[in-house]
Amino acid sequence: MNNFDYGAAAELKDAFIQVNENAANAFLAGGTNLIDLLKYNLVKAEKLVDINPLPDYHGIEETSDGKVRLGALLTNADTAYHPLIETNYPLLSRAILAGASAQIRNMATNGGNLLQRTRCYYFYDANVPCNKRNPGSGCSAIPGYNRTMAILGTSEYCIAVFPSDMCVALAALDATVDVSSAEGNRSIAFADFHRLPGNTPHLDNNLQHGELITGITLPKKGFEKNYSYLKLRDRNSYAFALVSVATALDLDGDRIKEARIALGGVAHRPWRVKEAEDLLQNQTATRENFAAAADLILKGAKGFEHNSFKIELAKRAIIRNCMMALHPESQMPGAQPSA
Amino acid sequence: MNSELDLKPAAVFTSKTRQITLNINGISRGLEVLPYVTLLDALREYLDLTGTKKGCDHGQCGACTVICDDKRILSCLSLAVAKDGAEITTIEGVSTGNDLHPLQQAFIDHDAFQCGYCTPGQICSAIGMLSEGKAKTRADVKELMSGNLCRCGANMSIIDAIMEVKDGGGHE
Repeated sequence: MNNFDYGAAAELKDAFIQVNENAANAFLAGGTNLIDLLKYNLVKAEKLVDINPLPDYHGIEETSDGKVRLGALLTNADTAYHPLIETNYPLLSRAILAGASAQIRNMATNGGNLLQRTRCYYFYDANVPCNKRNPGSGCSAIPGYNRTMAILGTSEYCIAVFPSDMCVALAALDATVDVSSAEGNRSIAFADFHRLPGNTPHLDNNLQHGELITGITLPKKGFEKNYSYLKLRDRNSYAFALVSVATALDLDGDRIKEARIALGGVAHRPWRVKEAEDLLQNQTATRENFAAAADLILKGAKGFEHNSFKIELAKRAIIRNCMMALHPESQMPGAQPSA
Repeated sequence: MNSELDLKPAAVFTSKTRQITLNINGISRGLEVLPYVTLLDALREYLDLTGTKKGCDHGQCGACTVICDDKRILSCLSLAVAKDGAEITTIEGVSTGNDLHPLQQAFIDHDAFQCGYCTPGQICSAIGMLSEGKAKTRADVKELMSGNLCRCGANMSIIDAIMEVKDGGGHE
């Protein structure tokens, strides 16, 4: 780690003043990713502005129009185990609990979860080219060992994946991200928050320096009756997803009124395809119909030398998870496939 | 090496030591640390509390687990300055005098370690897990203890030991 300075901010205004002193100043919340990146010298900060003392953003509140706002500084664990989230947004609870370890979920915040960097091993290896770490230097993953890399939305510059589980559920739930800065406030639709790599893979998302996530707003509709999160990985727990799927269904008997399907572990952001969800509308909840939707979701998927298996794996995971969503009570700890 | 990764001279960065207080195992300890000192290094190098172990130092193994303000956390990914005023329990503080914590005794009874390096983190993590109260089944315990790796392969015995304490003496 470089020899950075530290300042605690107890007021929002002070947090913005401190972070805007220098373009290399950064906010510190849970620190579970930032401290690690600093240790590897992949990020260098002039000063960390600790926002944990801010009095707001540590809770969960229901808004007057029936939405639910998650404080950005609330931990992932306290969010997943909050009675309102367990009851009304169980898909989000399941996805959060499939990520990281219990200790990390006790530290990591909701705002920080959105801002975690890829775990691409070439991004972490400072001795090799990486367009995300060092723009213009090249991508080592494309000709390298790319088993864990993306199959959708890739570019010739980057095939890294965004590693969050929580964000896969937030994408499926159509959350919005509430942002503040010295200039004011804005809200960003979840689909517009994270970016595809294109020719600017060093930009993970559309947040600007000096902007702070203050909360995440969930629409009223939580799909609490029929939902499932499935995470497939190289070990049963405490590993990033090879493929994950969040499914939320609104059913009338066996007829699908509305379907949401989001994938994790396959792209530079959570992956949703509106045409596939539209295809399921007013159809019956059958394996065949979910398979047709899976084909649409994976349309254009492109494998690399070591990760083409992910295309078939994702298709099967979508079908399996949609069937699991019909019986959410059968779900296993750690978002493993149910029997 | 990429030139962007060459560290700038330290003089560019102008941090100062901070006076902080940590309440560790019921004792208030004052110390001066630079901002980049982790809680783990503060415990081990500044306060000689070497029971907490440095395994990977990157949040992947759980050996550095301590209980901070009633939550199990990773001390390697925490900055000491950001924990000013916190209540911290380390492995040195879980027994009562010469009476071992029930989990310590259960680990001995179940042969739940070989080299012992991961054990302080395992026990602090298990204490945190039991106080969280979310584990109902053995499968839940395995899932909620997955942040603590044991490279000797004592995992089954570790889960046995925790299940004994969780269920008040019974075995599955």
